[in-house]
Amino acid sequence: MQFLPNLLFALFFFSSIIFFLKNCKKIYRNINLARPIDRFDNKKERFFKMLMLAFGQSKMLDKPVVGLLHLVVYVAFVLINIELLEIILDGFTGKHRILAPYLGSFYNFLIAFFEILALLVIISVVIFWIRRNIIKIRRFVSNDLKGWPKSDADYILYIELMLMILFLNMNASDLILQNAPYSEMYKSYGYFPISQFFVPLYNGLSLETIFIVERVSWWMHIMGILFFLNYLYYSKHLHILLAFPNTYFSNLDNPGKSTNLKSVYNEIKLMIDPSYKIPETELENDIKFGASDIFDLNWFQLLNAYTCTECGRCSSECPATQTGKLLSPRKIMMKTRDRIEDVSKNIDQNKEFVSDGRTLLNDYITKEEIWACTTCNACVESCPIGIDPLSIILDMRRYMVMEESTASNEINAMMNNIENNGAPWPFNKLDRLNWRN
Amino acid sequence: MNVKTYKECKKQGIVPDILFWVGCAGSYDDRAKKITKSLINLFHKAGISYAVLGTEESCSGDPAKRAGNEFLFQMQALSNIEVLNSYSIKKIVTACPHCFNTIKNEYPDLGGSYDVIHHSQLIDQLINDGKLKVKNDQFNGKKITFHDPCYLGRANGEYLAPRKVIRALKAELKEMKSCKEKAMCCGAGGAQMFKDSEKGNKEINIKRTEEAIESNSKIIAAACPFCNTMLTDGVKSHENHKDIEIKDISELVDKVTD
Ligand code: SF4
Ligand code: SF4
Repeated sequence: MQFLPNLLFALFFFSSIIFFLKNCKKIYRNINLARPIDRFDNKKERFFKMLMLAFGQSKMLDKPVVGLLHLVVYVAFVLINIELLEIILDGFTGKHRILAPYLGSFYNFLIAFFEILALLVIISVVIFWIRRNIIKIRRFVSNDLKGWPKSDADYILYIELMLMILFLNMNASDLILQNAPYSEMYKSYGYFPISQFFVPLYNGLSLETIFIVERVSWWMHIMGILFFLNYLYYSKHLHILLAFPNTYFSNLDNPGKSTNLKSVYNEIKLMIDPSYKIPETELENDIKFGASDIFDLNWFQLLNAYTCTECGRCSSECPATQTGKLLSPRKIMMKTRDRIEDVSKNIDQNKEFVSDGRTLLNDYITKEEIWACTTCNACVESCPIGIDPLSIILDMRRYMVMEESTASNEINAMMNNIENNGAPWPFNKLDRLNWRN
Repeated sequence: MNVKTYKECKKQGIVPDILFWVGCAGSYDDRAKKITKSLINLFHKAGISYAVLGTEESCSGDPAKRAGNEFLFQMQALSNIEVLNSYSIKKIVTACPHCFNTIKNEYPDLGGSYDVIHHSQLIDQLINDGKLKVKNDQFNGKKITFHDPCYLGRANGEYLAPRKVIRALKAELKEMKSCKEKAMCCGAGGAQMFKDSEKGNKEINIKRTEEAIESNSKIIAAACPFCNTMLTDGVKSHENHKDIEIKDISELVDKVTD
């Protein structure tokens, strides 16, 4: 009987880890549904970029106040999770504060440090909540965020707040039991600069009740963390993990450079010179120009979709979004992720993807949105974690123009002019130097 | 105007130092042609050995590429590269940030690698080297705001050169609410210039012009023929601000140098 809690703990722990790993595998599988792109070069430069953007959050500090708060939550969350190590060891062994005897006074320092961090997280999270729900900052209440994305953002704040309160509550009740003294289990370990102020809340409760409070807080805290881990897959909060690979694999080229399609190059070369040999590595069976669905995008673009935090920095800089057009680069990323998820469920059900008669273009993202983009790069520049919504937009234009020929008359006229007159307007080629006269 | 083409130079056995890539707007658009001429004036003042391609030049392909027509883009690029390489051209200057970006970043993969600079960079250099001297104080203390072209700024990281040029005019540079990395687009890029905009509550160029007006400057300096058109149209639609002038930086410099 006395091992029951330990067994229960092991059961919860391993099943949530397994579930988490399963979802990781799913992300990997889904990302690989896309086309290849080589992002394994320049390891040093990539590593440095990841260090700056993901660890250092350098771009978050463009908005200094929020940037700082975000940094606090992030650093605190990571550091507090060191305490998790002890909690897990306690869970398996049935001990309490197993590391304390080994760390001596350093343990006191650590616990005090974690408590201060917990308080900082609580303050930041409350400010974040106020920004979203009371001040209603524009990018957090715009139409493209209605429904699940809006609640998701709030849920994360609630979960974080709850975890921190449980952590402090666990320490406060522990402190009372240590001082009582209550039992062998609660030896005097740790220093509690914040949770000591919780102690008066327990006035009048019996030690037995406080013991139960302590145990319940402990269990809810660890279960909360395991839940949080598994919630990530369904949430914009996945960025706390994927921001690292995403920044690592992000575009190192000049942002103004749009890739030159190899398949087009080969086709043109063949037209000019029928003896031209397409390089072995570039032979494709059925070439499709551009993208109408996630399968036609590259894996980095799908990784982008999973990584997007839905913060809306891109959309608040986008000239189209700012002038009330349907296009919002954030929405491009969110819709791409929605489509990946639908395809993923389809594969789970049918073992392989069975056409559902839907595509990313048209059923998730409209042509009107795609044509509203000025390719100004503001979205790319403003994304704190190296996401490139513009490349998806351009790939869809390529599909519409080269596969479907569904561009508007105006665009077609412009292209005809270039083809026939070497200029986007209907002027005569031979008049090109007339300005000299 | 005494402007030579590469073809003419070749006949006369002259090898120019730098190609002036005029671009479609600079060749055909009435407003942009004035910018072309100002830049030519600056070349002459600074004694630069240059030539143009004339009728051998063709659209860089940028609007086609941004509209999604990679075929047309590569056809344009490959035939332009053939011409450029046939004259062994090494260095190119252009007043159009779209041509600048495309030739600089997208031509190399297709066999055309050149040292490409934007005219704001060249003018900055010429002022620095003392080859262009600011002689009159027409702009002394005048407020001038600068609109960053997306394909010069965000796409290629050049924010400084045009600003240095404006400061060299002894003008007071007034930044708009959004500038440099955060500068708002004029609304012309990505082939938008050639189509009506999608449904919304405002035109992009109107919104950008409002930011320029808020900066309290009577001159908006541009460095792209398309931005120039968009902002000119934007100012026209603001009844009370018709006195605001949109000038390319080459035009500003042309006025105060000799
Ligand atoms: S590149 Fe397109 S989507 Fe991105 S900010 Fe500019 S207009 Fe918006
Ligand atoms: S793409 Fe980047 S900037 Fe835009 S919402 Fe996602 S994370 Fe934020």
